[in-house]
Amino acid sequence: MSILITRDTTFIIQGITGREAVNMTRECLDYGSKIVGGVTPGRGGREVYGVPVYDTVREVTARTRVDGSVVAVPPAFTRDAVMEALDAGIKLIVIVTERIPRYEVAQMVEMAKLKGARIIGPNCLGILSPDEAKMGGLGGRAEDARKAFKKGFVGVMSRSGGMTTEMCNTLSAAGLGQSTAVSIGGDPIIGSTYADLMPLFEADPETKAIVIYCEPGGRMEAELAQYVVEKKSRLPIVAFMAGRFMDEMPGMRFGHAGTIVEGKADTTAEKIARMEAAGISVAERIEDIPGMVQQRLGL
Amino acid sequence: MRFYEFEAKQLFSKYGIPLPAGSRVAHSPEEAATIAEEIGGPVVLKAQVLTGGRMKAGGVLFADTPSEAAHAAEKILGLVIKGHVPRGVLVEARAPVEQEYYLGVTWDGFARLPVMVFSDMGGIDVEEVAEKHPEHIAKRHFSTIYPFSDYMAKELIASLGVSGTNLLRLTHIAAQLARAFRNHSLTLAEINPLARLKDGRFVCLDGHVDLEDDARESQRQILQELGIDPAEKRQARPPTEFEIRGAEIDASDPRGVAGNVVEFDGDLGLIIGAGGGSLTLFDAIRKHGGRPANYCEIGGNPSVAKTCALTKLILSKPGVKKIAVMMNVVSNTRVDLVARGVIKGVLECGYKPSEKIAIFRIPGSWESEGFKILKDYGVDYCDRTVSMYEAAGRAVAKMREG
Repeated sequence: MSILITRDTTFIIQGITGREAVNMTRECLDYGSKIVGGVTPGRGGREVYGVPVYDTVREVTARTRVDGSVVAVPPAFTRDAVMEALDAGIKLIVIVTERIPRYEVAQMVEMAKLKGARIIGPNCLGILSPDEAKMGGLGGRAEDARKAFKKGFVGVMSRSGGMTTEMCNTLSAAGLGQSTAVSIGGDPIIGSTYADLMPLFEADPETKAIVIYCEPGGRMEAELAQYVVEKKSRLPIVAFMAGRFMDEMPGMRFGHAGTIVEGKADTTAEKIARMEAAGISVAERIEDIPGMVQQRLGL
Repeated sequence: MRFYEFEAKQLFSKYGIPLPAGSRVAHSPEEAATIAEEIGGPVVLKAQVLTGGRMKAGGVLFADTPSEAAHAAEKILGLVIKGHVPRGVLVEARAPVEQEYYLGVTWDGFARLPVMVFSDMGGIDVEEVAEKHPEHIAKRHFSTIYPFSDYMAKELIASLGVSGTNLLRLTHIAAQLARAFRNHSLTLAEINPLARLKDGRFVCLDGHVDLEDDARESQRQILQELGIDPAEKRQARPPTEFEIRGAEIDASDPRGVAGNVVEFDGDLGLIIGAGGGSLTLFDAIRKHGGRPANYCEIGGNPSVAKTCALTKLILSKPGVKKIAVMMNVVSNTRVDLVARGVIKGVLECGYKPSEKIAIFRIPGSWESEGFKILKDYGVDYCDRTVSMYEAAGRAVAKMREG
């Protein structure tokens, strides 16, 4: 089984006529995803790879069931697009757009909570359930995605879109497939954190282990460690920690917007200590992950 | 984007938050004397720098007369504090302080909401107060979609036992600070110390404001009103020539990113995938004992021209012997385009790609096309069966061979 999306999940792409979104549409369709419409204001009536384009989200939801939306509009229009999708009753929103001020992200997250909807991202590559569907740019072209992602029992969550594919590729090469891989985004505020998604993986009988990608900045790892202890999670977790060199370079800013070294709780050393104390195994190299997963599962 | 103290105070002032009398920036000793004369009493003069530790560096001085103020301003304007030249001297009235408070609004990434923090032990590090005197700290989250209402600030302040006129005055200041935070997409709005003077008035003695970098565009108006150039970068240290050129290359072409260049003093030039991949690869190079000459992100499918220009920049840095081009398995970046750009850059610098490129490890989209180009030029490349860690090791080994 998978979490969040299956082969039956229907979704739309907001901003479908943009250059990157057109590619994403093609990739998702080729992978088998059910895209039931695209929305670009003023472009209604067109088609993108056979997907009809509408001016408003309501025009699609009035015609058919829409489970999710991928929001791929420029930063200045993202909040409006997300509000439109929430208002139309869409329950799963993947925001791929980057550079959205956190005030607006926080507003979207708060609105989503009121509407009982879930946001993945922003600044993420989306979700991929191997052999089922992909929602977003994760894995790239369908043929490339099929190389890196294989069906299996490992749930993957990553703050880095690119590293999601790298980790899944390594797992697949070792014969460990994935139930679902989620690129959650690297911004300081995101819709769904590791701890937010854990209950979904917990509830999925086919998920047997979790692999996550971590880096300096933010409190998401601390939150996960707390979750694991408090909820007595059944799932063994293997975490890969990148950016260890940053502990030696305070004040420098690299990579994601969220990786700003501010205080002690943000450092890789502190995160590793907290995760290990909670029983999460921390890998130093990507290639160590499959062996650690197997060990934790007694395989 | 951090604001100078005088800019932070101007912003506060627009929200009706009281400042010490006079509060203006002087750029010369004469100007400082004039402001001091207008104030007509003891003044404090403060260096306007975007770094801490100015008190220790002699950047905060007191004066009783205009001529003393001129003298102090001259001293301050001649300072360099941790590499920062003061952007003027803030001159303000010095008034007797009865008590110092702390008031701040910032983000709680955990709760994904803004949080207001109040303490009746201001003037010192709020983290220190939180640790040693938690009973002197009060916090309250507030919504980003419901309107901010004054009672929220009132409850927060009253929770530490403040009452009477003090409560009313502090409530007004806190509520206005929260509004400034919301209206301008700030990531930090802080008044510390917020002082109660002997006559009962409250004034903001020092303030910190950070504006979200991604909100500069939407905050153009207020930046303009405060006299801040929206394009001005305010970093912990001034960017080097090399880093500026990296940013220029990135700005020259909208396709992909080729920016975020940071210089180090090693001998291996890095062109590595943006975000998580670059953190992972930088760690791997160091773990193998390699000495990076730089940290340089590339990603989001950059054009051949952009990659070429970036390669030339990296190779132009003195001390760079070879470059390593590495990324995680890529989805939307085309391997062949990156390969083409890197080889073009190496050739245009007059080097042989087979000698200058220590390793090329970018698997993924359009990889077979990319690998063919690399093979034609005799470049050492690898596919996804070679891990990022292993590829970094191969690059470091190449450096040892010379």
